[in-house]
Amino acid sequence: MDTKELTLTHLDALEAESIHIFREVAAEFERPVLLYSVGKDSSVLVRLAQKAFAPGKIPFPLLHVDTGYKFQEMIEFRDRFTADIGADLIVHRNEEAIANNANPTDLGTQKCCGLLKTEALLQGLSKGNYDAAIGGARRDEEKSRAKERFYSFRDSFGQWDPKNQRPELWNIYNSGINEGESIRVFPLSNWTELDVWLYIYREEIPISNLYFAQEREVVRWNNQLIVKGDVMLNAAELETEPVVSRFRTLGCYPCTGAVLSNATTVPEIIQEMMVVRSSERTTRVIDHDSEGSMEKKKREGYF
Amino acid sequence: MSSPTQIKSDSTLQEVQTFLEDYGQRTLLRFTTVGSVDDGKSTLIGRLLHDSKSIFEDQIATLKGESKQNLSDEQIDFSLLTDGLKAEREQGITIDVAYRYFSTPKRNFIIADTPGHEQYTRNMATGASTANLAIILIDARHGVIEQTQRHSFIASLLGIPRLLICVNKMDLVNYSEDVFDNIREQYTNFATKLGIVDLKFIPISALKGDNVVEQSENMTWYHGEPVMEYLEDVYIGSDRNLVDFRFPVQSVIRPDHTFRGFAGQLASGRIRVGEEVMVLPSMRRSKIKEIHQFDKTIEQAFASQSVTITLEDEVDISRGDMLVRPRNVPHSENHFESMIVWMSEVPMDPSKTYVIKQTSRQTKANVLDVRYQVDVNSLSRNKVDHLNLNEIGRVAFRTNLPLFFDPYKLNRMTGSFIMIDPLSNNTVAAGMIIDRVPTERLREESDVALKNRNIHRHEGSVTQVEREAKLNQKGVTLWFTGLSGSGKSTIAGALERRLFDLDKNVYRLDGDNVRAGLCGDLGFSRYDRKENIRRVAEVASLFNSQGTIILASLISPYQEERDSAKEIVGEERFVEVYVKAPLETCEQRDPKGLYKKARAGEIQNFTGVSDAYEEPTDARIVLDTEKLSVDECVDQLLDLIDELS
Repeated sequence: MDTKELTLTHLDALEAESIHIFREVAAEFERPVLLYSVGKDSSVLVRLAQKAFAPGKIPFPLLHVDTGYKFQEMIEFRDRFTADIGADLIVHRNEEAIANNANPTDLGTQKCCGLLKTEALLQGLSKGNYDAAIGGARRDEEKSRAKERFYSFRDSFGQWDPKNQRPELWNIYNSGINEGESIRVFPLSNWTELDVWLYIYREEIPISNLYFAQEREVVRWNNQLIVKGDVMLNAAELETEPVVSRFRTLGCYPCTGAVLSNATTVPEIIQEMMVVRSSERTTRVIDHDSEGSMEKKKREGYF
Repeated sequence: MSSPTQIKSDSTLQEVQTFLEDYGQRTLLRFTTVGSVDDGKSTLIGRLLHDSKSIFEDQIATLKGESKQNLSDEQIDFSLLTDGLKAEREQGITIDVAYRYFSTPKRNFIIADTPGHEQYTRNMATGASTANLAIILIDARHGVIEQTQRHSFIASLLGIPRLLICVNKMDLVNYSEDVFDNIREQYTNFATKLGIVDLKFIPISALKGDNVVEQSENMTWYHGEPVMEYLEDVYIGSDRNLVDFRFPVQSVIRPDHTFRGFAGQLASGRIRVGEEVMVLPSMRRSKIKEIHQFDKTIEQAFASQSVTITLEDEVDISRGDMLVRPRNVPHSENHFESMIVWMSEVPMDPSKTYVIKQTSRQTKANVLDVRYQVDVNSLSRNKVDHLNLNEIGRVAFRTNLPLFFDPYKLNRMTGSFIMIDPLSNNTVAAGMIIDRVPTERLREESDVALKNRNIHRHEGSVTQVEREAKLNQKGVTLWFTGLSGSGKSTIAGALERRLFDLDKNVYRLDGDNVRAGLCGDLGFSRYDRKENIRRVAEVASLFNSQGTIILASLISPYQEERDSAKEIVGEERFVEVYVKAPLETCEQRDPKGLYKKARAGEIQNFTGVSDAYEEPTDARIVLDTEKLSVDECVDQLLDLIDELS
């Protein structure tokens, strides 16, 4: 017997593992939801969900937490993409905070994120009474995530206790929860950034134009290239310059930096990946706030 | 929307495609690293990541910053890379499993970095559960210590197929070959006891980089490969079970009335379109119609692929069922023996009902017996009545629903399970199934279980010997096995008459008759058939114990079933009688018209037609009904009964 022929490639093995998890979630939870952030990982997540249930439809809704600071191109892409695949999209915003003009310049990025992302996410989850929230986080993104489980238990306040995680063995996942508690599920845990890109390339998965290089008007701020937007109170005072750039991750425009790049296709991005020497979250302002900041956010309920 | 796969320049396309092809050929190696707190485990991982260029510049910059802050050391402290959580870094120890990723042009790797100190056996078990290989670090200055032994035991318990023993800090023992050789010998002696055969030893200095990625110039006496090369080349193709097809059904996909697919991930084995499969527990059979993978169909599926299978026939299947091949079935039992790693701070309560999750099946379970607890340091066995956090022991269980399982050593996916506390919902234990509980043992256990339920067997004052003396006969069971129509009932009936006329106490238990009453609640699934046999054997045993001769005629097609009947009745009273006739003859006789119906597909799982008959290999007597008359058969059996008395 030729076992080589019967060996899954790395990418196929990751895919099979993720699909298995999707199916477990759909079978064992009453109200799952897929947290859709519009980014490339979300696109991969959605494709895997499609694969898990084909030829049926994805048996749960997609929830997008909109901070009000998302790039317009993201919103357009979101609406088109979800309509194309016939997904059930739910958008949630922390309207109260948005009405109070929450913004990173006045509040600082930590507090702003706390209100518009973490708080909004918890609101959205409790509004839908979801017992399982599927997210696209990967363990290779950040140190504290390296210890995250596929099934991450959250207490009734949505909080994570890194010291008291359920052991997770083989491919057997414990979906047991009591009223009010929930599980965050991370089917992409074992994927790396490169895996995600290769998969997008192989599967021809649509992603937002923001990932591709073009000339963009940016402000140099905190060592980042920030696309100029009208919410930055002092935007008028800052000088902008046209820079050919793209985004490695998509977040809120005031806090997501672009990188210098000429990559206008996925293969070019992959090529860039092959030589890139900087991890992707460096373009996120929030991770640099203080050492261990991601861990702190996660304990509070941030995804 | 952009079209992301459009290629702009030819060179980029070619480069990326070459890379993709290459990446596509790569295999995935999952390994776990274990060692004591100061063995330099994190340093080794850090160096593997760094030297394979898996660390980004900004991470290195952060590390340099942290190193200065904590250690005022010029050199990068690689261990900071892996000791993720802030709380852990403050304590200076890794307290949970952390996963790392790196790749080389030959392979992709997932590292489960697990803590080595005593309190966290459960984390090591977690990391080990999916590993192809374990790296065990030994400090060259200290040699094989208790923790090393514990780690090795857990690695063998979790079925990690191979161990790489890195004798670290060789720089602190002057790169001495003697030190290395001593440790190797010491460790090999120990590992042999555990039954671990695939061992590899490499002398390294993780801190200085000796034999990690580059061959060390300080240890020219070592002629083997460095760690990285070994990891890249070690053969892991034999790790998966590609023989025994097991497909636990996760869900049924039914978008409309035209499609009914069974979704799941192959736990082991492989299957092709057109091949026959059997559903557990119903034992219904069908053929594979199609194997779907999203927008395409494939001809063959193999272990660990996630697929959706459709069948030729409409068969009732739901989550928790398993598709297997009719001639290669797992155990289907509601009791089994297993090794358990207790993972909860709340100790095991043997009187409590837990939940067991195994493949896609979940059921309530009770502890039958804690056989022993293993002292992981001395490997000695202690008699205990429960297990505490991080203790390992052998435990027998009884489950509410039968599980479809294989021994863990043959099949990691169908031999593993987790235990869940139904109140807290915590995962309290991980289990590795050894085998079913032997029937004899099960009876003892049932006694214990009965006592726990305040049922005590009452031993009367009249003994079986007295009863048999009074009747002037020995209570034995003649177990007639053979195909339908082979002549079992005819012979048993004639023998009963003759014995009765000889003034013997005799009673006939006929398969069809018991199905009307005693076993009227049972169907024909494998589980039900077993239960049918069990009940008949138990009744036979009761009759025997009061001296009556029992003539039991049941097809009982499987040796396993007949053996279990033998165990219940007792070997000295059990006589296996094989009533032999070729299938064609039986089919011609067809006294009940059953073969006809089976051929027409009206009866499922009919022995000889759509189900196997395992010929007895060591029957006490074989009666060939093509050659022998009924009377001749009866005469032979009377002689045998005389012999036994």
